[in-house]
Amino acid sequence: MRSGDTNPWSRSRMLILATVAYIIWSLIPVVIAVTFSFNAGRSRSAWQGFSTRWYVGTPEAAESILYDPSLRSALTQSLILAILTMLVATPIGVALAIGLARWRGALAKPSNFLMLFPLVTPEIVMGVALFLVFDNLYDFVAFGTPAQFLGHVTFSISFVVIIVRGRLFAIGRDYEEAAMDLGASPGQAMRRVLLPLLSPAILASFAMVFALSIDDFVISQFLLGEASSITIPVRLYSGARLAPPPSLNALATVLMVITIAAIVVAGLAFRAWKKRSGGDESTIESIASFEM
Amino acid sequence: MPTNLQAGESDAVGQRRWVWPGFALPGVVWLLLLFVVPFYAIFAVAMGHTDPIFNRPVPEWNPIYWDTSSFSRVLHDLFGGQLGTIAVRTIVYVAIASLICLIIGYPVAYFVSRRSGRHRGLWLLLILAPFWINYLMRMMAWINLLSPGAQVDQVFFFLGLDPPAWLAGHPFVVILGLVYGYIPFLILPLFGALDRIDESTLEASRDLGASPARTFWRVTLPLSKQGILAGLVIIMLPMFGDYYTPNLLSGSPRTVMLGNTIDQFINQTTSQGGVGAALTIILMMFVAVLMAYYLVTINRATKEARE
Repeated sequence: MRSGDTNPWSRSRMLILATVAYIIWSLIPVVIAVTFSFNAGRSRSAWQGFSTRWYVGTPEAAESILYDPSLRSALTQSLILAILTMLVATPIGVALAIGLARWRGALAKPSNFLMLFPLVTPEIVMGVALFLVFDNLYDFVAFGTPAQFLGHVTFSISFVVIIVRGRLFAIGRDYEEAAMDLGASPGQAMRRVLLPLLSPAILASFAMVFALSIDDFVISQFLLGEASSITIPVRLYSGARLAPPPSLNALATVLMVITIAAIVVAGLAFRAWKKRSGGDESTIESIASFEM
Repeated sequence: MPTNLQAGESDAVGQRRWVWPGFALPGVVWLLLLFVVPFYAIFAVAMGHTDPIFNRPVPEWNPIYWDTSSFSRVLHDLFGGQLGTIAVRTIVYVAIASLICLIIGYPVAYFVSRRSGRHRGLWLLLILAPFWINYLMRMMAWINLLSPGAQVDQVFFFLGLDPPAWLAGHPFVVILGLVYGYIPFLILPLFGALDRIDESTLEASRDLGASPARTFWRVTLPLSKQGILAGLVIIMLPMFGDYYTPNLLSGSPRTVMLGNTIDQFINQTTSQGGVGAALTIILMMFVAVLMAYYLVTINRATKEARE
């Protein structure tokens, strides 16, 4: 305990106050938005009682996520895109990470550089680039789901590489080489030794790509096609200023719950590997270090 | 993956040379086709021409035939035209918002990084929570609160004050929206950098007689410089290209940023792809230094991880 602690205006008190104020400021608007998704009335500022009508209301009223066609379609589109992206970007990214970590050829360095570029390119630039290429060169790719899917995979691959290569460097090459010295072919060493060792990182990548894709707004919007390709973030963007009913809050809440669930899975997977390599970080610290 | 179990030792070695590039191949090809080529398409469209009959942009893929006239028109507009005003406004908004993010974010990141014990995880969870709440949801939450007659107005009425029309085009609302939206992305790398500072370094400084203020200025701040820079770059890159925050929180021409002009020419009109592409190149000129710094940082981080 430092002597300043008896003084209510001491530095440490001020720091606690600032942090608590920040947390309240950053979370209260969201908490209020979630609360009003359960409002029984149409207002988003006057509480009229608890109800789940904006989530699962009747088909006749067609005002809930379940029965309003535009809300339901946004939820479906977001889920489809996130699942497709996750299934395609993760294997490509894992293979790229392994390849880049082991390959010593002349083209290895430029390839590594190429992989880093999508991470530092502003989303709007990538959005414009993909829009123009699908509009002018790859015109066999339709705007909407196909273009959005290709765009989401493109920005996700590098994230997978970063996650997996952290684990690859930690493992080193010893296990694989031991397996090969004992007579395993490179393929066997890969399947029986390297991939099992990488499995927590691969699981974390699946969850992470899912979260990145379902959270994306800019790429989805630039590559939008027909109305059915509107995702949840795009729907929030187009509806937010039009005095929407609380069903839009309900849709945002569902997105939030899905994203957080994916991140928790990623964090647990990450923790599993940290534990194996002897760390004692908590899950939340794993998620924190993981983002960098 | 093709493996040949009958192959002799030298064959296996020869094979292994091709295994690793083979693994990288799908990803590299994907990025060439869907990142490099699209990136080039921005230049091809910006330096192309407009089809006079169908009134749509025709890209010019061969740099020999690049026509820079439409690009130089946009460039001309940047120096002394409407676009110049928008560019200056963008820089001012981004600079003010980044500074406020740093002033608010630093004490928060510092406080949590110096916590230990049972509640550390909880503090961290609370400051990281906004990170995983969708940006558009967080903007929508503020629109709810700032709508005419909503909660913020009610507080003003209660205090006997007359609230302004928050969402009718106020620069300060847009700037505060940017701060609210991007601050978690600054706090995270800042927390990482501050967390790596060993508590004993700070204790040593105090034991040697430095005041807390002096310890902060001479030890903590210099040691967290990398985190500050990384955090600022991470938030400034998307802020420069942001169009949704001004659109949602203002929608007025008075708060238009560079990103809005790109959004307008690409998403909202069909025949102006050339102008949109030229504007995107100009945006990239603005953020090139930030991108280069970020690239070097990530590259260094992965190199260190390898050692």
